[in-house]
Amino acid sequence: MAFLEVKNYRKRFGENEVLKGISFTLNKGEVLAVIGSSGGGKTTLLRCLNFLEIPDEGELYLGGEKLFDAAEKLKISNARIREKRLHFGLVFQQFNLFPQYTVFKNITLAQALLARQEFSRKKAEFSAARRGAPKEKRAQLKAEQKKILAEIKANQKAAIEQKTLALLERVGLSEKKDAYPHELSGGQQQRVAIARALALSTDILCFDEPTSALDPELTGEVLKVIKGLKSSESTMIVVTHEMDFARGVADHVVFIADGQIEEEGTPEEVFGSPKSEKTQAFLRKSLEELF
Amino acid sequence: MAELLVQLAQGFLVTLELFALTLVLALPLGLLFAFGLMSRFRPVRWVMKVFVWIIRGTPLMLQLFIVCYGPALFGLSAIRNSFLAAVIAFVINYACYFAVIYRGGIESISKGQYEAGQVLGMTGAQIFSRIVLLQVIKRILAPMSNEVITLVKDTSLANTLGGIVEIIAATKEVTGATGMPLIYPLLGAGVFFLAFIGLLTLLFGYLEKRLGYFKV
Ligand SMILES: Nc1ncnc2c1ncn2[C@@H]1O[C@H](COP(=O)(O)OP(=O)(O)OP(=O)(O)O)[C@@H](O)[C@H]1O
Ligand SMILES: [Mg+2]
Repeated sequence: MAFLEVKNYRKRFGENEVLKGISFTLNKGEVLAVIGSSGGGKTTLLRCLNFLEIPDEGELYLGGEKLFDAAEKLKISNARIREKRLHFGLVFQQFNLFPQYTVFKNITLAQALLARQEFSRKKAEFSAARRGAPKEKRAQLKAEQKKILAEIKANQKAAIEQKTLALLERVGLSEKKDAYPHELSGGQQQRVAIARALALSTDILCFDEPTSALDPELTGEVLKVIKGLKSSESTMIVVTHEMDFARGVADHVVFIADGQIEEEGTPEEVFGSPKSEKTQAFLRKSLEELF
Repeated sequence: MAELLVQLAQGFLVTLELFALTLVLALPLGLLFAFGLMSRFRPVRWVMKVFVWIIRGTPLMLQLFIVCYGPALFGLSAIRNSFLAAVIAFVINYACYFAVIYRGGIESISKGQYEAGQVLGMTGAQIFSRIVLLQVIKRILAPMSNEVITLVKDTSLANTLGGIVEIIAATKEVTGATGMPLIYPLLGAGVFFLAFIGLLTLLFGYLEKRLGYFKV
């Protein structure tokens, strides 16, 4: 049973059908590289996975459970979409760091907001429990709960801090923790963006050409970080134009052309002996661009 | 001389009251109007656009009189409290100008900022308050300083309603009481304006500096 299963995703913008029925599966801990020429629909696919766009048709299963079904899309509330989004992370081509926050705060912000939501839920639970308790015990209960809540808050804060520091170390930016985004190089900014996405421990992390906005000498550091994330726990989808990278890090490669999966397989299959003519032409062209 | 200063200062206090009340009310109302201008619902957008067109397309002085005497349209008597009428007219007028500035600021924030918030599971309200707002404030500081400074001076229009002795009206009262040539209190009033607007300019400069730690 595959961890992620995308079934027949279709998306159109007006008359322009951008995804024409994309289906694929991905196992837990695997890296999927998505390659294809410009305008093929790679970004749109990632945006659909992250629910920044809602597919017109198709279904998505995660861990064997149906997470999304386009047939029911009109019934899904914004709040439910937001919950679904938390299963996926996305690292953008243009980083999109929050300029007014330090590196540290960029990474903690979303964690803190989620923790606060969790805290409020606990608090509501507690006051419900209090109302259910006999009157004479309520004051005592309230005091106990107050202590527990304070503890939860402190633990949340410590956990977020610890996790963030660990992530910064992982992307090699511990000493930049108090810097603002505009004080960093593009490569450093993208590494912060990766740490920010990792902070929510999503089931699947997506990268949309994470290095194509970078100067060539900066791509290496970012690719190295992404490579370092590969583990049995992290499942990733990487849209990239870096063929060497795709070859080296991916377990599975799909080639998307004109909104359809033209070819897929292991890196050896797709890069070594591509069957489709379009794939061959694309690979030849990207080789030529290199030299 | 002392008499002149006291009277001018009293007049300027009225000016400041009008200014402060208008600002405090028009800043949030303008944001509401800005959301109206950007609403997903076409009717709301259109109503708001027409409203802004009317308010920006007619003289403030006319609006002052319309607010004051408007109740007659419904068979009621004019608003007695001319200060109240002036505040209402100023707030609506300035909220419209602020709304256009806010909208420009909000629309200038890249889509990527919203989307980064969305993929991090943030709600629309969180994205606006935690990510977008401060960037917008930084962007609109300069045009807002123009509007705020203009507002200080526009408050003089209120005296056309009568019964509002702001600083310009006060100059006439001084001459009436003392027989001093009008030019002296007029020059004095100018000094009050210059001093206060100088203060505001410093304040905006300070805010700009405070927000200078990041780039948008
Ligand atoms: N929001 C949108 N509205 C209308 N058309 C869109 C929108 N987003 C994408 N498209 C169109 O969808 C097609 C696919 O775009 P997409 O960005 O997914 O391609 P891509 O494979 O990521 O290309 P690239 O390699 O250049 O990033 C393009 O023709 C584009 O113009
Ligand atoms: Mg793209």
